[in-house]
Amino acid sequence: MAVRAQFENSSDIGVFSKLTNSYCLVALGGSANFSSVFESELGDVIPIVHTSIAGTRIIGRLTAGNRHGLLVPQTTTDQELQHLRNALPDTVAIQRVEERLSALGNVIAANDYVALVHPDVDRETEEIIADVLKVEVFRQTIADNVLVGSYCALSNQGGLVHPRTSVQDQDELSSLLQVPLVAGTVNRGSEVIGAGMVVNDWCAFTGLDTTATEISVIEATFKLHGQESSAVIGEMRDSLIDHWA
Amino acid sequence: MQYVAPTPVHRVLCADCGTAIEPNSANLCVACLRNSVDITEGIPKQSALSHCRNCERFLSPPNAWTIAEPESRELLALCLKKLKGLNKVRLVDAAFVWTEPHSRRIKVKLTIQKEVFAGTILQQVFVVEYVVQGGQCPDCARLAAKNTWRALVQVRQKVAHKRTFLFLEQLILKHGASKDTISVKEAKDGLDFFYAQRSHAIKMAEFLAGVVPVRTKGSEQLLSHDTHSNVSNYKFTYSVEIAPVCKDDLVCLPIPLARSLSNISPLVLCTRVGNSIHLLDPATLQSSEVSSQVYFRAPFEPLANVSQLREFTVLDIEPTGLAKGKWLLGDAQVALGSAFRSHGASNADDDAMDADGGGGADGIYHTRTHLGGILQPGDTVLGYFLTRSNFNSDAFTALTERPELAGSIPDIVLVKKAYPARRKKTKARAWRLKSIAKEAGDTGAEGVVGRMGGRDQRKVDEDYEIFLRDLEEDVEMRQAVNLYKAKTERKKPGAMDIDEAPEPSPGSEADEEDEPDFPEVKLDELLEDMENLGIDDDEEEVEQ
Repeated sequence: MAVRAQFENSSDIGVFSKLTNSYCLVALGGSANFSSVFESELGDVIPIVHTSIAGTRIIGRLTAGNRHGLLVPQTTTDQELQHLRNALPDTVAIQRVEERLSALGNVIAANDYVALVHPDVDRETEEIIADVLKVEVFRQTIADNVLVGSYCALSNQGGLVHPRTSVQDQDELSSLLQVPLVAGTVNRGSEVIGAGMVVNDWCAFTGLDTTATEISVIEATFKLHGQESSAVIGEMRDSLIDHWA
Repeated sequence: MQYVAPTPVHRVLCADCGTAIEPNSANLCVACLRNSVDITEGIPKQSALSHCRNCERFLSPPNAWTIAEPESRELLALCLKKLKGLNKVRLVDAAFVWTEPHSRRIKVKLTIQKEVFAGTILQQVFVVEYVVQGGQCPDCARLAAKNTWRALVQVRQKVAHKRTFLFLEQLILKHGASKDTISVKEAKDGLDFFYAQRSHAIKMAEFLAGVVPVRTKGSEQLLSHDTHSNVSNYKFTYSVEIAPVCKDDLVCLPIPLARSLSNISPLVLCTRVGNSIHLLDPATLQSSEVSSQVYFRAPFEPLANVSQLREFTVLDIEPTGLAKGKWLLGDAQVALGSAFRSHGASNADDDAMDADGGGGADGIYHTRTHLGGILQPGDTVLGYFLTRSNFNSDAFTALTERPELAGSIPDIVLVKKAYPARRKKTKARAWRLKSIAKEAGDTGAEGVVGRMGGRDQRKVDEDYEIFLRDLEEDVEMRQAVNLYKAKTERKKPGAMDIDEAPEPSPGSEADEEDEPDFPEVKLDELLEDMENLGIDDDEEEVEQ
C-alpha cells in the first residue's frame, strides 16, 4: 500500500520521517496530522517514535537505518539518544557516528542487506555502517549524484532511483543490491526520491503531490500489491539461480 | 557478423499521464507540461489601437502618432509595443493574420518561448486581437478647430533693407532650422515663424540667438483653462529683435562704450555680424567685438548704412606695414569716383569738384584705410563721405563736441572695394539660392522675404541683388550658406541693370576686361540641386 501524506504543507515527507521494517521515526510537528497517517497504517505493527535529531525536525535526512540498527549524527543530544533507546526495540542497535558528512540520510541508502554510500565517507564510518546495520557497503553514485540517500529509496523488494539513471547504471546497481530497480519520480516529477517518500517492505508513504502514475510505479517497484505466492517463488528462484550462476 | 545490441533507450513515465518519456527536468511529457503551465499568462489576448481617422495615423504610446500601413512592419512594432507582459518571455516570431479591414480588427500571431522549470523551455503560439479605435489625434483636432499654431517667433530688425532676412533665410535653410515650421509670414520689419509646439519655437529662437545678435522676449496668452485638472492651454509668442547694425555699416559708438571696448575710436566700421557684432577702427586696425548682451545693455544705431556709400577712385595707396588678420593698414589718396568721368557729365550730376571744406581744390582726399592690401591705384572703392554728410546722431554730436576726439574724424572712411566693370556686364550667375518653401498661392520670386502683401517690389529686388553681390564678393559669408548650381544659362535681364544703366563713357573699353582679383564663385563651392519637394522655385529666382 502506498499512502500520500504531507508534513506541514510540505510534500517532502522523506525529510521528516524515517521508515524501516522494525521502527518508524516521525518528526515533531505542530499537529498530529502527519503522524496519524503513519499510526493508522503501522500503529499496531512497529513502534512509531516522535523525535527530533539535534533539535531539528529534518530527522529523515540526518539519520540512516534499517531493521538492524539506526545511525544518528554526532550532533544528536544525549536526551534524544536516550529517548530513542527507550522507544526502539532492543534488537535495534543505535550508534552515534562521527562523520564529516553529517546528514547521514543523504549519504547512506540502505535496505536490510546492502547499503550504498557517498564515495567520500570515512573508512571508519563505512565500518560502523557495516557493523551496526549488518549490511554490505558499496561506495556508489546515482545518475552522477553523490548523495545516494537523497536520490533513491530502497526496500528489500525493490528500489526507485533518480529518473536520469542510465540503464547501465541501473543494471550495475541492481546487481549490487540484488533487487530490481526502476527509474522514476515522486511528487509530480520531483527527482529527489529519498526526500519525497519513505518505504519499507510492506508499505510506502509519499508526498501529497504524487500522481496516480507515480503511485502505480511505486507500488509496482516495491511490490506493495497483494502478490500471489507463485510469483514470489518464481522470483526467488530467479534470484537463487542468479546467485549460484 | 556480430550482433551489436542497440543501447537501450532510457525512459521514465510521465508523472501525470504515465506515457514513457525521456526524463526531463520537470519529468512531465510535453502535453502535460503545456496543460499545467500557460506561458502566455500575463499577456493580454485582446488590446486596442488608437487610430486617427483624418490623418490615418496610429497612436504610438505615450503620445506619438506614427504612420503605419496595414500589415506593415511599423504597425507590427506598434502592436507589439502595446502588449504588456511581452518582456517576460522570449518573442520568437510575430506575424499578422489577415483580417477584413472593415472589421476594424487586427490579429497578430505570436510565438513565444519561456523557461518554465529549471532548464525546460516551452514554446507556444497564440493570437492577439487588436480593436482599432477611431479617433482624432491632437494635431487633427487642432486643425479642425482652426487652431493650428501654438507658438510664434516674431523676428524683427528695424532697418530699411531686407538683406539680413535674406541672409537669415539662407542660414535657416543650411541648418535646417525651419524643419518644424508650420508657416512663415512676412510682417513689417521682419518675419513671423509659426510652430505647433512651444519647444520648436524655443529651438528656433535659440538658433537665431546663435547666428545673429538678438534680444528675445517670451510671452504667453491663455487660451483655455481647466480648473479641475489644472491644465492650461497657452499660445506662446517669442519676440526676437535683431540688432539693427549690419555689415559695412558705419557706427558711432557712445563714448563710454568705446572706452569700455579697450578704448577703441568711437567711429568704427562693422565688419561682420555673427552672434556678436565685430567692429573695426579703419584708421588703426583696432578691432572689437560687441556681444548681444553688451549691445542690448546700451544699444546704438548705425551712423550710416550701405545705401549711403559713395564711389571713390584710388589715386595712390601706400601700405604702412601694419597688418592685422586679413587687413593691412594703408594711406590712401582718393577722389570722388565721378571726378574721372566726363567733365560734362560730372558738372551736371554731382558736386564733387566744387567741394568746400577739406580735400583741397582738386578734390583729393587723404585717408587711412584697412584695405591697404586690396586696393591698387586706379581701383574703385566704396566709402562713407563724412565731410559731406549730415548725421542726426547724439553720439556723433558728442564726438564732434569733444575737441580731442573731433580731430580724429576722417573725411572719408573707405569700406570695400567695388567692381563696377564687372557689374556692368549682365552676366548670368552660375549659381542660385534656395528659399524657404513658399505658401500656396505665392507668386513672388525671392522666397519668403518680400513676397507677401504687395510691398515695394523694386526695393525688394534691389535688396536681393545687393545681397547676391555681397555673397559674391565675400568668401566668408559665402561659406555660411549653401549655393546651388543654376539650372539654365538662360540670359535674363535683372532688375538692377535698369538702375545701373551703363552710361557710355570713354573709359568703358578699358573697363570691359575682367577684374583679376574679383572673388569669383568657384564651381566646387556649388552644390548639386536635389529637386526635393516644394523647396524649389521657378527659374525666375535664379537670376535677378
